[in-house]
Amino acid sequence: MKSTIIEAQNLNLTFQTNDGPVHALKDVNLSIDKGDFVSFIGPSGCGKTTFLRVLAALEHPTGGTVTVNGVSPDEARMQRAYGYVFQAAGLYPWRTIARNIKLPLEIMGYSRADQDKRVEAVLKLVDLDGFGGKYPWQLSGGMQQRASIARALAFDADILLMDEPFGALDEIVRDHLNEQLLDLWARTNKTIAFVTHSIPEAVFLSTKIVVMSPRPGRITDVIESPLPKDRSLDIRDTPEFLEIAHRVREGLRAGHAYED
Amino acid sequence: MRSLSAVLTVVAVIVSFWYAACIPMNIKGVLTEAERAGAVVVPEGARERRDLGTFGLVMGNQFAIPATWAQERPRLPAPHQVVVELWQTTVMKKITSKRSLVHHAWVTLSATLLGFAIGTGLGVLLAVGIVHSKVMDMSVMPWAIVSQTIPIIALAPMIIVVLYSIGVQGIIPKAVISAYLSFFPVVVGMVKGLRSPDAMQLDLLRTYHASRAQGFWKLRLPASMPYLFASLKIGIAASLVGAIVGELPTGAVAGLGARLLAGSYYGQTVQIWSALFAAAILAGCLVGVLGLIERVMLKRMGMAR
Repeated sequence: MKSTIIEAQNLNLTFQTNDGPVHALKDVNLSIDKGDFVSFIGPSGCGKTTFLRVLAALEHPTGGTVTVNGVSPDEARMQRAYGYVFQAAGLYPWRTIARNIKLPLEIMGYSRADQDKRVEAVLKLVDLDGFGGKYPWQLSGGMQQRASIARALAFDADILLMDEPFGALDEIVRDHLNEQLLDLWARTNKTIAFVTHSIPEAVFLSTKIVVMSPRPGRITDVIESPLPKDRSLDIRDTPEFLEIAHRVREGLRAGHAYED
Repeated sequence: MRSLSAVLTVVAVIVSFWYAACIPMNIKGVLTEAERAGAVVVPEGARERRDLGTFGLVMGNQFAIPATWAQERPRLPAPHQVVVELWQTTVMKKITSKRSLVHHAWVTLSATLLGFAIGTGLGVLLAVGIVHSKVMDMSVMPWAIVSQTIPIIALAPMIIVVLYSIGVQGIIPKAVISAYLSFFPVVVGMVKGLRSPDAMQLDLLRTYHASRAQGFWKLRLPASMPYLFASLKIGIAASLVGAIVGELPTGAVAGLGARLLAGSYYGQTVQIWSALFAAAILAGCLVGVLGLIERVMLKRMGMAR
């Protein structure tokens, strides 16, 4: 029943810097199924963001292959196969929330009527009903980030790439947004790749957790989560949750053992 | 209220410094006139006084101090003399009169505005080219910088002569000099503004597979607006300077520059100073108007809070 949507084989990416080559990604093998919620976790420099950027064709691998929907990331980008959510909301200050969400729709040439319909729908989806006419500075950080998620959802991308989207928010807001994100994922059936450095966040959200370690950036563990797809924040106190969190922590520690 | 008193204090200090400066600047002339009118002056004879320090002269002839603020052709006119002259040549004169400062200011202003429009258009176009083309960045930017290192006072006569030889005269040469001075701040500001979107913003557009034109109209241009207005304010002041300088070498008969020139030919210092103040007031108004447009526009764009 499951179909592979992202497939990476022997993926390598080396940046040439003044201090010599840096192995951002080394021999990365990973497949992501349609409808998966995959978290990438690891210390900074482990290549988790770089991997996401490779998927989005913002970086290009120096070795190995990667396919998105069966085609190269560049072609997938031209087919507008994914929405990307960055760490900062990055809303245009001169556009209202509604017009910010319209930005990708304008660029992709959706009709006026369709644009309005979609903006209304995604605003409802991220719980920002009635905020369409506000400017970004009139919203809190959490609301701005939700607006940027709405912007990524507005067009029909099957894949949502999220690069530490809640990294700059406080824990209470973050918990709330995590719950909303799960809800949104269940309703839209998108495939989500999510970069984080928070173990509870990764375990709470994911069906698959990819543990990575730095220098060279590589995958040290891939954990298929046994937790049910439908979950609430209370699940964080169950033994299953703690067990997975423990395994993630072990994986992160193992990665660090190579250092020094 | 407190800031108002601070502003007034600064103005008062400047004005009193100015009045004080008039005394030593004008004392020799005043003493000569007084002696001619029969007053007793120490020491006697303009020749005797020529090499004396002004401080001693003032101390020895304190009766002459009020007269230093009321000469007909002072070296340094007193503030009230300039204000009276400004009043008489603006409000009290018909605009059509050749002695009306409003008339002269308009002549200069028209060249300023035309030059400003040309300079701004040119500056924006150059900035767009520089941002989008590495070749233009490397080939145009150095010349733009070099162009501003040449003193305009040296270049202005040449521009006027060259343009005259191909049959262009009147307002155009002055506007060209204005544009020459005003395009540069616009180029620098717009290049910075068009480059102000960060890497994340550009990446986002890439994930939408947006074209360069879309990136320009939807991101770079609106992002550059605050930078543009900062540049325009510098640019319009530079334009006014350009127009005035453009009036000097031709012996123009109308314009604030012409008033400066005529004033210096005939020793009419009061006229020079009133023309200077007219130029300063004009520049202040132009910058103020731009500031107003900036406020309205950024507010409408949602960028002002």
